[in-house]
Amino acid sequence: MTEKVLEIRDLRVTFDTPSGPLEAVRGIDLDVEAGELLGVVGESGSGKSVTFLATMGLLPVRARVTGSVLLAGEQLIGASNKYMRSVRGRLLSMIFQDPLSALNPVHRIGDQISEMLQSHQNLSSRDAAKRAIELLDIVGIPQPSDRAGQYPHEFSGGMRQRVIIAIAIANNPKVLIADEPTTALDVTVQAQILEVIERVQERFGTAVVLITHDLGVIARVADRVNVMYAGRNVEQGTIDSLFDHPSHPYTRGLLASLPRPGKQRLKPITGFPPNMLNPPSGCAFHTRCEFAADICKGELPNLVSFGDLQTACVRARELPKSENFA
Amino acid sequence: MPGLTQGFALSEQNENVLSPRQMALRRFVSHKAAVVSCIIIGVLTLFVILAPFTARYGVNQSVQAPPNSFLSPRSNAWLGTDDIGRDLYSRLIYGVRVSLLIGLASAIISVTLGALVGAVAGFRGGKFDDILMRVTDLFLAFPFLVTLLVVRNVLGGLPWLKPITGEMNSVRFIIVLFSIFGWMGVARIVRGQVLSLKEREFVEAARAVGASRRYIIVRHLLPNSIGPIMVALTFSVVGAIISESTLAFFGYGPQAGDGATSLGILVGAAKGAVQTGFWWLAVFPCFVLIIIALSINFIGDALRDATDPRLDRGA
Amino acid sequence: MLRYILRRLAWSVPTLLLVTFLVYIALRVGTDPVESYKRVNPRASRAKIQQYIDINGLDPNFVQGYFKWLKNFITGEWAPSIKGRREVWPALKDAMANTLRLGTAATVVGIFFGLIAGVLAALRPGGRRDVFINTSAFVGISIPPFISAILLQLLFAVYWQKWFGASLFPTSGVYPAGHTGFDLFLMLKFMALPTIIVAIQIIATYSRYMRSSLLDVLNSDYMRTARSKGISERRILIKHGMRNALIPVVTIAALDVGSIVGGLIITENIFAYPGMGLYFLKSFGEGDFPLLMPWMVVIVASILLFNLIADISYAWLDPRIRLE
Ligand SMILES: Nc1ncnc2c1ncn2[C@@H]1O[C@H](COP(=O)(O)OP(=O)(O)O)[C@@H](O)[C@H]1O
Ligand code: SF4
Ligand SMILES: [Mg+2]
Repeated sequence: MTEKVLEIRDLRVTFDTPSGPLEAVRGIDLDVEAGELLGVVGESGSGKSVTFLATMGLLPVRARVTGSVLLAGEQLIGASNKYMRSVRGRLLSMIFQDPLSALNPVHRIGDQISEMLQSHQNLSSRDAAKRAIELLDIVGIPQPSDRAGQYPHEFSGGMRQRVIIAIAIANNPKVLIADEPTTALDVTVQAQILEVIERVQERFGTAVVLITHDLGVIARVADRVNVMYAGRNVEQGTIDSLFDHPSHPYTRGLLASLPRPGKQRLKPITGFPPNMLNPPSGCAFHTRCEFAADICKGELPNLVSFGDLQTACVRARELPKSENFA
Repeated sequence: MPGLTQGFALSEQNENVLSPRQMALRRFVSHKAAVVSCIIIGVLTLFVILAPFTARYGVNQSVQAPPNSFLSPRSNAWLGTDDIGRDLYSRLIYGVRVSLLIGLASAIISVTLGALVGAVAGFRGGKFDDILMRVTDLFLAFPFLVTLLVVRNVLGGLPWLKPITGEMNSVRFIIVLFSIFGWMGVARIVRGQVLSLKEREFVEAARAVGASRRYIIVRHLLPNSIGPIMVALTFSVVGAIISESTLAFFGYGPQAGDGATSLGILVGAAKGAVQTGFWWLAVFPCFVLIIIALSINFIGDALRDATDPRLDRGA
Repeated sequence: MLRYILRRLAWSVPTLLLVTFLVYIALRVGTDPVESYKRVNPRASRAKIQQYIDINGLDPNFVQGYFKWLKNFITGEWAPSIKGRREVWPALKDAMANTLRLGTAATVVGIFFGLIAGVLAALRPGGRRDVFINTSAFVGISIPPFISAILLQLLFAVYWQKWFGASLFPTSGVYPAGHTGFDLFLMLKFMALPTIIVAIQIIATYSRYMRSSLLDVLNSDYMRTARSKGISERRILIKHGMRNALIPVVTIAALDVGSIVGGLIITENIFAYPGMGLYFLKSFGEGDFPLLMPWMVVIVASILLFNLIADISYAWLDPRIRLE
């Protein structure tokens, strides 16, 4: 096995809300290996963003975070603010869904990149500006030296997302977390942004965590996949084995609802994601699972190796073999 | 992934979700200051409606004849007496009665007017809208008191308006004056609201089936702006009460006949009290005005929070 | 930029003309200048009255009259006040100077503390500090300035003396009666109360603007981006938060000049402070057209000027706005 750069163990996040405590992440285990592209997939509200915001130390103070997150062997949960600041942007970077609002409208693009460089490296303003232009070039922005002097509103959505990637990789981080980086973009632009991310991963050996609710995106670029449901991971494994013979009923449902050539009708998963203020007992998926039995309501399933996959389903062994989605 | 996004969108309507009105009510009640304010205003209103019973003396009745007409607060005049020996407590009750009337009447007129003008302007757009916005900009840019005084005199200087406005120092005149002022702010708010509603599906749908302009405005746009309109109404009441006091303070207020009084007249008398040191004449009317202004503002604030969920007071 | 400013200034000329025309009509209808003149000068000869009508452009035809007034106004042929035949310009100049002093002091104090209070409130929304600041601001807005003025005046003019034996702040005028020459300390003492009254209003208003604007900004995506860069909270607030938060505040400030002047008028009157407000109320009360028109011109011009200043600073703060 290759080296693990990020090891998340039993991560739990609880928000105090006016309607009571809300446990958004309920014991996540997840590894990111050096240089890989890990996909994290799940419906909206399954806790993907919260998991990685907790990793970055970017959750609001009223969130209670427990468990362990090791970044290159260093514990991040409970680390001092000062330490977390030195980690953010240097070892760990994160880019967010909406490129239109993620850049500060009143500062020049070049300055926003330089700020990232100068806050972690001892660079003169001149050198930082030069490096910023190089970075714009790397993410595929034409005429980078002119563009560096412009403001965000002079860029299109796709171009802004490239700028945001440039900021994120400025200090050559170990892990780049991309939270739905293409969701807000046109289909054609989506593909370009995914290409940029892949290029960065290959060129700098950056491990990438690609968060999305779209398995189609994952299928295109990811090495491994982690499926999340109701704040837990329910299945993980390599992209090939997952598509070959998904084992968890939720994964099967996700794959069955993917549009594919030669298939007439999509089969969406019936029912709704659970209310996390009051999640179902046992396997949270039992309210929607076609294989649900009484046992599912009692036991909280943990990830168990099952073939090449790790699956959190108490009935995994008894289930009929799945259709091949590859 | 169409199936997933659809499921998520639907899930918001699921669960035990409260209706918007229930939610608004719940948010309103959670604003403690507003609840207390409602009680205060309610009690006050009852008090002044029942003035003949709650007041201890007539509005113009002397407790103490001159020369020693200024009595400090005591058992037969709880809040003291004024320059001609009238009981301040009783006069406050009658004064608040007139002021609340002015506040409510001009607020209702100006909000009705403003809502209609704003809805039409926002819905039609074009020249009418442009001119309206220019005019209100102009009026709102000027110092308020200056415009108020000048417009007051202009109104009083137009003889053909007499049948509507009455004498310049009558309560009716003041109400007309404040209505002429008040509609502009409301029109702006409703216009903004209508502009944003105009693009929404239900209005588009009504238009698509050929509903008339008036029907759309009255049946769709105004009811959906009811939150901001209510808020505007509340703030208009305070605005009018304070304006009345300000005018009266500078000697341009209503001179309600037969020794009748208003909060403004009582506060205006405070000016003299400062020099002479009859503190009660300044402190009590000012205090009542502050309580009224504060309470109604709190109610308006809570209404705004309750009807506009986007505003997070952060509390 | 310079072209923009020049064009705006050029445009303000017709605006000024139009608005002063409306003001001219309003004053003629509202104050009946000729009647006021006759009332104040009951024994004025017919010739005197005609002279007054001519120089002030009080012809029966409003359009003709306005242009007559305008010509005399521009060429500096200003009529003296109807009462006491005082020269208008010196009176107006003094009033402007006094108000400018009071207004600047109050605005600087008010905006400075208002913005700070707003920032402090927004940094911990819902916290005890926020609730305190926000509630105080709310109370501050709800109390009309003439009420706080009366109460402060009562306290300082009457009771301070009674309780402590010495007066702390004088409550009327700019200098004690009979004082001549310049005395900074004395002047500040006289300005203190009116400044506080006007500043309270400004602090209350601006702390609320700033709070809600900064709250919006703090919850924005680009602030999250800034945090994910690992830069210090302080730098995040100053470099990324403040400038964005100030943009809407500046826009509102432009529309607010009128209300600040309004507060000044009321306050000056109560403290007998000889500024633009006292000038206006006195001349308005007497229907003194020769005093009123130039006052109106000054007010309209300053509103236009402040609007321009606000637009320029708005564009300076926000690169998305191009001044063309
Ligand atoms: N700041 C917050 N306060 C309270 N609840 C939150 C907060 N952020 C997220 N949540 C809740 O946590 C759950 C997971 O959210 P999130 O991680 O954003 O889901 P997603 O998988 O779509 O990224 C949701 O139920 C959401 O409502
Ligand atoms: S544990 Fe039960 S309910 Fe959950 S996925 Fe497996 S079979 Fe379905
Ligand atoms: Mg998310």
